[in-house]
Parts: sequence; structure tokens; C-alpha cells
Amino acid sequence: MNLELILFLILTLVAAFSSVMVITRKNPILSAVYLILNFFALAGIYLLLNAQFLSVVQVIVYAGAIMILFLFVIMLINTENEASILADKKPIKVFAIFIAVLVFAQIAYLIFYSNPAELSNGTIENLIKAGQIESIGRELYTTYILPFLIAGYLLLVATIGAIILAKKKFE
Amino acid sequence: MQVPIEYYLILSAFMFSVGVAGVLIRRNAIIILMSIELMLNSANLALITFSSFMGNSIGQIFAFFVMTVAAAEAAIGLAIVIAIFRNKLTVNIDQINLFKW
Repeated sequence: MNLELILFLILTLVAAFSSVMVITRKNPILSAVYLILNFFALAGIYLLLNAQFLSVVQVIVYAGAIMILFLFVIMLINTENEASILADKKPIKVFAIFIAVLVFAQIAYLIFYSNPAELSNGTIENLIKAGQIESIGRELYTTYILPFLIAGYLLLVATIGAIILAKKKFE
Repeated sequence: MQVPIEYYLILSAFMFSVGVAGVLIRRNAIIILMSIELMLNSANLALITFSSFMGNSIGQIFAFFVMTVAAAEAAIGLAIVIAIFRNKLTVNIDQINLFKW
């Protein structure tokens, strides 16, 4: 057992456990807190994958900005807890779980059938350089400059749309 | 890279199916949005895994764009939830059934 594998197993257990907790808690605030835990575990996994920039962005954007938004909305609208998650409409929900298991089985079959390990042919310098801010920034500002600008425009439109939708008087 | 690529992909698949189950089972609109965030994150994990194992940073740029879209989606979705709550005083999607027939 080397250190990388041990770290990966711990982070994976945290991520899997917290993702199940997100959809099984009755109180939405607890769900949000477990989702934050899940995002931190994923940031650790990105670090294991040599993606330092994405790891930092994950903590700042997801665990910081988006989850604060969720917590504020939960605080604003003060929802009642769901009485029970599985009790009402039980056959439909059991069928829904069956569909989710089916999706998982299908993706797992694809992963093992397509043998993705043969894709990993990068040299060791490439592997280290891929996650660094320098190479990401160079690609982002040269080849992908148009999608980058469109992403900025999308954020502007989303901000205006959110303000208009959440305004007091909807006219 | 001493952890095999399959382990990361299985974690991604597991989180995606948990997100699917959350969207299908839960009735609270906010928790449905959270499940969508889970699914987007699992897609990000798969993108970053392939990018990192192939020594190519393009996958990480796509993950960055996915994060942008996720932020926009969360802002708009939560604004819609607030607008619905103002009209109906609930976020339970069983009671928001105007389009149901």
C-alpha cells in the first residue's frame, strides 16, 4: 500500500458516503453541508490527479460561491422537512432506484469493456505539465479564447436573469 | 500515477448514479438542484481523470467551462425556486403541477 492509494481510498470513501448522504437527509441544510464535504473530497482527488488549478477553483467556486447561494436560498424560503423519503408513492421510487442502479451498471460495463488504461500514453513531463496553471492558461487564452468569452457572456446573462426572476414584483 | 484509471472512473459513475437517484426520488426542488450539481461534478471528475492520464490539458479546460455553466445554472435555478415559492408557498414539486394532465 503506497501513500497515493491510501489517500485515494480515504477521499473516495468520503466522497461516496457524502454523496449518498446528500440525497437521503430529510433536512435540506444537512444535505447542503454534506454536499460541501463532497466538494472538498473531490478537490483532494483533483490534487491527486495533478490538477492543482481545478482543485483550487473547485474549492473557491463550488464550496465557496455556489454552496453559499444554496444555503442562503434554504434560509430565505424556510422549507419544511420532508416527512419521509421512501414511504409515499413507494413503487415509483423503488423503480427510480432500479433505474439509477441500471445507469451505474451500464457505465461500469462501458468502463471495463473499453479498457481506458491504454489511453494513458503521456510522457511523465506531459503528465506533470497538464495540470499546471501555465499550460491551462496558454490553451485558454489562445485556442479556446472564443469559448472563454462566450462563458463570460453566459455569466452576465445568468446574473441579469437571476436578478429579474427573483425581483419582488414580477411584471 | 499509481492508482489505476478505472478506480477514478468508477467513483465518477457512482456519483452520477447517486445524482440520478436523487433527481428521481426527492420531491424538494432545492435538493433536486443539488443532485444536478452532483452529476455535473462526476462529469468533471471523468474529464479531469482522462486529461490527467493522457497528459493533455484540454480536458481540464472543458471541466472549467462545465464549472462556469454549473454556476450559471445554480443561480438561475435558485432564482426560479424563489419565484415559485413566492407564488405557491411551497417547493415540493408534487404541488407544482400546473402543467400536469
